[in-house]
Amino acid sequence: MATMNLLQAVNSALDVAMAQDERVLCCGEDVGTFGGVFRATSHLQEKYGKHRCFNTPLTEQGIAGFAIGLAAQGHIPVAEIQFADYIFPAFDQIVNEAAKFRYRSGGEFNVAGLTIRAPYGGGIAGGLYHSQSPESYFCHTPGLKVVIPRNPYQAKGLLLASINDPNPVVFFEPKRIYRASEGEVPEMAYQLPLGQAEVVSEGTDITLLAWGAQMEYVIKASELASADGVSCEVIDLCTLLPWDVTTVEQSVKKTGRLIISHEAPRTAGFAAEISASIQERCFLSLESPIARVTGLDTPFPLVYEKEYMPGYLKIYDVIKQTMNY
Amino acid sequence: MGSDSKTVHTVKFIAGDSLNIPTLKVLRANGSLYKGASAPSLDKEQALKIYQAMLYTRTLDERMVAAQRQGRLSFYLTCTGEEASCIGTAAGVQSQDMIMAQYREQGALRYRGFTTDQFMSQLLGNEHDLGKGRQMPVHYGSSKLNYMTVSSPLATQIPQAAGYAYGQKLSGIDACTLCYFGEGAASEGDFHAGLNIAAVLRAPVIFICRNNGYAISTPTDEQFSGDGIASRGVGYGIETIRVDGNDILAVLEATQAARAFVIEHKKPVLIETMSYRLGAHSTSDDPSGYRSREEEDVWRDKDPISRMKNWLVDQGWWSDAEDTVLLEDYRGRLLAALKKAEKCSAPPIHSMITDVYDRPTANLHDQYEQLLVHIRQHPQHYPKSAGSI
Repeated sequence: MATMNLLQAVNSALDVAMAQDERVLCCGEDVGTFGGVFRATSHLQEKYGKHRCFNTPLTEQGIAGFAIGLAAQGHIPVAEIQFADYIFPAFDQIVNEAAKFRYRSGGEFNVAGLTIRAPYGGGIAGGLYHSQSPESYFCHTPGLKVVIPRNPYQAKGLLLASINDPNPVVFFEPKRIYRASEGEVPEMAYQLPLGQAEVVSEGTDITLLAWGAQMEYVIKASELASADGVSCEVIDLCTLLPWDVTTVEQSVKKTGRLIISHEAPRTAGFAAEISASIQERCFLSLESPIARVTGLDTPFPLVYEKEYMPGYLKIYDVIKQTMNY
Repeated sequence: MGSDSKTVHTVKFIAGDSLNIPTLKVLRANGSLYKGASAPSLDKEQALKIYQAMLYTRTLDERMVAAQRQGRLSFYLTCTGEEASCIGTAAGVQSQDMIMAQYREQGALRYRGFTTDQFMSQLLGNEHDLGKGRQMPVHYGSSKLNYMTVSSPLATQIPQAAGYAYGQKLSGIDACTLCYFGEGAASEGDFHAGLNIAAVLRAPVIFICRNNGYAISTPTDEQFSGDGIASRGVGYGIETIRVDGNDILAVLEATQAARAFVIEHKKPVLIETMSYRLGAHSTSDDPSGYRSREEEDVWRDKDPISRMKNWLVDQGWWSDAEDTVLLEDYRGRLLAALKKAEKCSAPPIHSMITDVYDRPTANLHDQYEQLLVHIRQHPQHYPKSAGSI
């Protein structure tokens, strides 16, 4: 075990994956000598050579297309999109190509080895274009897996599982807590299962569900509520597509209440999908309406970032409202 | 690059069309060679294989357009006029080389060995279709033949080909990638992304731009300015050549040289084949709304198939009599195979949920079970699937 922050855990996962299998490659803007603008690919070029960890020209659609071709050929590319805000030029390649590669060919071809990493989310004074949480766009696409870790241990285990998963995975990394989130992480390889939520703490009165950086706020709100005598069950969804409806269903049948929190705008955010599915399954168990604590339906603002963010205090308020419904 | 540029002290623009890239021509319409030209490395066996693939493709296209008009196919799209561009390029590489097509290159697939039954199964989307009936007609693919399954979005295959070829290079195998696209697709962002990334990362890929004059109805002068698509290759630092796309010997010779180059130097090549889309864009299109008969007739006279036939006859390798017999044989086989394929079933209903992921996820299982319950309740409404569940 070593103490690592979330970035170091990502770097460690890539390092282990590249050491284990020479088909694993890292590519993207500035990932080579420089090691990425956040340093997620630090020292990988030194260790594994310029042919395995390399810069690409500044073209997100090119990076995604190139990585798809590599994966189709049998390599295991881990492509970095520098900020999730800039993934949209690659949207066609990811949604129309990677996601449909196996289906459209009847299984003649696939991009099993493909993983696309991108730092996402607000809280770093990044304004409109260095703050977005675009996960729900990708969750609307059959054929993709969408994974978001909340801490260093999860980041390494889920990233290694994503790299080894025989399907294309979009892996969003919570950049607000890249350095702030620290924890014990095994230096060796290990995997955490995709498609499985984690019950972070058990409780009986209300279920709080989130993923990624938002988990920090949810846990803090649950602690405040706990001081008021409210027993919160906190769940990290970990994988958004395909998502673990069973774990959430079991929890809500026990607690009778559910709050879902994400940083992305509310309308058509992933909480909407979860709310619909859970009310279908838990209608008779619900003691109050399923509540959402999310970003506003605005572009991501700069000077009012704190007001926009679904911080712990907003979640705490909604816990009280839901308990008193 | 940039810092070692020569210095000047007066304003002088370089004209946007000043490259003026020449066109390689080897074979005249009458089957003789141009003065100073020589035939590429081509023995009788390969020459006949190429010619027969061209004749087959022309016949396939004619029959399938007719079948679509009869309502037997939902859609079709011909390669007519561009057989030399597609088959000459496929013949210039090796069978282990990956082909990533746009959608009009069925000639290349035929050259690789795709059978009449395989064509018919895909066009009808029946139980024998390698693509399991999931895509519209002409979206062929075969891993055995190293022919990547076609997808409808334009130019997406271009950066993918760069990646595929880079992977081949890292694997250390004697193989490259052949990537086709039209001059219209070259306006897409993926074209520029793909050529640039292939050049910078030195991927052994041969880009084939089939410049056939039209993107549906849009002529080339409304698609790009400057010296065609070939000039873009030079701009990206890519070895580039323009060839007469109706001249099978020129296309073959350029592709053979391109393959040798990309394998030896681990760098891409761009070939622009100048040709003409003699057919409509697809069976959903009517070219009479945007171009004249006279224009089409000019290109009909440059037909790549008769040009090659004249050369083969000159070599003593082929005759008109053999041509007639083979044409009739192809027509008969195609119609028989179409009839046979029409009698086959659709792929099993369960194939709706396979291949989305490596194995169906829980939500797919749930949705499939719900669908089966619904179909069983209304079998008359779902004749294709009700009988088999």
